[in-house]
Amino acid sequence: MAPFTTRLLRLLPIAMLLGGVTLAQSQTYGLGKTPTAEEIRAWDISISPTGEELPPGRGTAVEGAQVYQLKACSACHGEKGIGGPAPRLVKLDAKPGGDAWDLGRILPIRAPYATLIWDYTNRAMPLGAEGSLTADEVYALTAYMLYINDLISEDMVIDAKSLPKIEMPNRTAFAPLPDWKPGMPRLPGYPH
Amino acid sequence: MDSKRPDRRRFLKGGAALAGSLTLGAVKPALGQTPESGQFIKGTDEMIAYGDRSRFVTSKRMPHPPGGRESPDGFGLVFHVAAPLQDSVGMITPSSLHFVGTTRGSYIPDIDPTEHRLMIHGMVDRPLTFTMEDLKRLPSVTRPHFIECAGNRSRPQHKSVQESHGMTSCAEWTGVLLSVLLKEAGVKDSAPWIVAEGAEEVKGASSIPMAKAMDDCMVAYGMNGEALRPQQGFPVRLLVPGFEGIFHSKYLRRIKAVDRYYMTYSDYGHLNREPERAALGYQIGPKSVITFPSGGQQLPGKGFYQISGLAWSGGGAVSKVEVSTDGGRRWMDAEIKGTAYRMAHTRFGLTWNWDGKETELLSRCTDELGQVQPARAQVAEFFNARAGSGFSVPGQDNSIQPWRIASDGAVHNAIT
Repeated sequence: MAPFTTRLLRLLPIAMLLGGVTLAQSQTYGLGKTPTAEEIRAWDISISPTGEELPPGRGTAVEGAQVYQLKACSACHGEKGIGGPAPRLVKLDAKPGGDAWDLGRILPIRAPYATLIWDYTNRAMPLGAEGSLTADEVYALTAYMLYINDLISEDMVIDAKSLPKIEMPNRTAFAPLPDWKPGMPRLPGYPH
Repeated sequence: MDSKRPDRRRFLKGGAALAGSLTLGAVKPALGQTPESGQFIKGTDEMIAYGDRSRFVTSKRMPHPPGGRESPDGFGLVFHVAAPLQDSVGMITPSSLHFVGTTRGSYIPDIDPTEHRLMIHGMVDRPLTFTMEDLKRLPSVTRPHFIECAGNRSRPQHKSVQESHGMTSCAEWTGVLLSVLLKEAGVKDSAPWIVAEGAEEVKGASSIPMAKAMDDCMVAYGMNGEALRPQQGFPVRLLVPGFEGIFHSKYLRRIKAVDRYYMTYSDYGHLNREPERAALGYQIGPKSVITFPSGGQQLPGKGFYQISGLAWSGGGAVSKVEVSTDGGRRWMDAEIKGTAYRMAHTRFGLTWNWDGKETELLSRCTDELGQVQPARAQVAEFFNARAGSGFSVPGQDNSIQPWRIASDGAVHNAIT
């Protein structure tokens, strides 16, 4: 860290000469280290709704069903996503006249974006070995979860390109988020 | 003990000359204030190094929800832990008694602070990685803030204030303002959100508005005068003052400035069908609860009491607390004890002479934005619902808590 700080201090007068926007946004304290692009890639497990952070890899529901058994997902989530102690992975039966919201708070059906299924499986599964799945395994498991919820066919290839394009039934079923500003009441006029 | 009192009095009155010839050990304690020989607490190495409370003080936390399902998955792990508000005094919750919310049942990462790093990246000019040493060198702030779990919801079956309200606590936090770190990394004006992520097993992450991140969010390493406890995110956590508990990422490892709501798993849990419910989802409303007398406690008889409680709001400082001792017919301004800090528990009190008749005690908080804590019936009316037992206040439940005082002095939860 010391060489970096020294380097920064040397650069400071040059930045001052250059002035402008760059100067206004320079570091004030000179602390912290610049991570490498690889370090950022390794740490950055946030997958946006459009999936630009998705890594290379691919998988189908057929492969996912095998991974589901191999990684003992069924021990917690039950055979085919129903009946285990962990949250259910298959949608509830549709209510007559109901909408996507009625299918339950079940990740592979309520998630407004299919990228979220990938993101959560990748970061938080399996229990006790979180983060240990390969990208291919996560793609395959995601495909499997989409398949058992009737969202894709058994042989559809899920990868960085196809995953963000899956039309989730809850995509537009949720209310927009409030535009939070400091000093703002939660809901004007609430509760009376 | 009463029978010994006259003996001691006689001894004290007439025995001055004898005192020198008697050892202290021969004197029986009369009022429980003079320890007998052998009743002193030994100054062990442990007690010298890190003090402990009296063995007569037994206030403790409990799993939440009480007696119910322990965790959302069926593994039987303790998921949340509630603070004993019924025993609380002042506005600070001791670190050992602070409520705990977990993502997956009490897994606590055992983090070596020298190895821990916090990365700031995404829509910034200069991604930066900070060590704990770096963070402690930066200008710090110290502020009291409450954290409350969105599931802190009083239900008819809750017997005590610990069960109904114990998922809130208030500590004095020390750390670096997140705005300092974001500016240091050169955050871009075009980034309207951040994603904050912890290092625990599920790497829980939430999207937070940039307006909040730059306003008063704190990257905290200190709690009540010492390092954070592991259950509170050691070595460093995010404070998002006034927002629901889940936003206050523990074991903070990464802040990413992003161009949109990132729809993380925690965000997904916040989705709502109706805009009114969605609007109640971030910021905690004005809320208060009487902690004495509260459910499960027993008043010894009629006479003088100081009613005592806690008030707080995610909208800022508490500006007023009113208390009713007659079921809500008349409201009196309670005394604010000390300073009402922004997004902090505030202790209030009201003197009360109980006439021994059955009644109901209520408290109502108003915050600096003029938001007033509602009754359940008012919330139900707003949502065109009936305030019966099936009614659940949308968003974080900040409705008024009624305690019924029975004529025998027993205190009961009066929520129906």
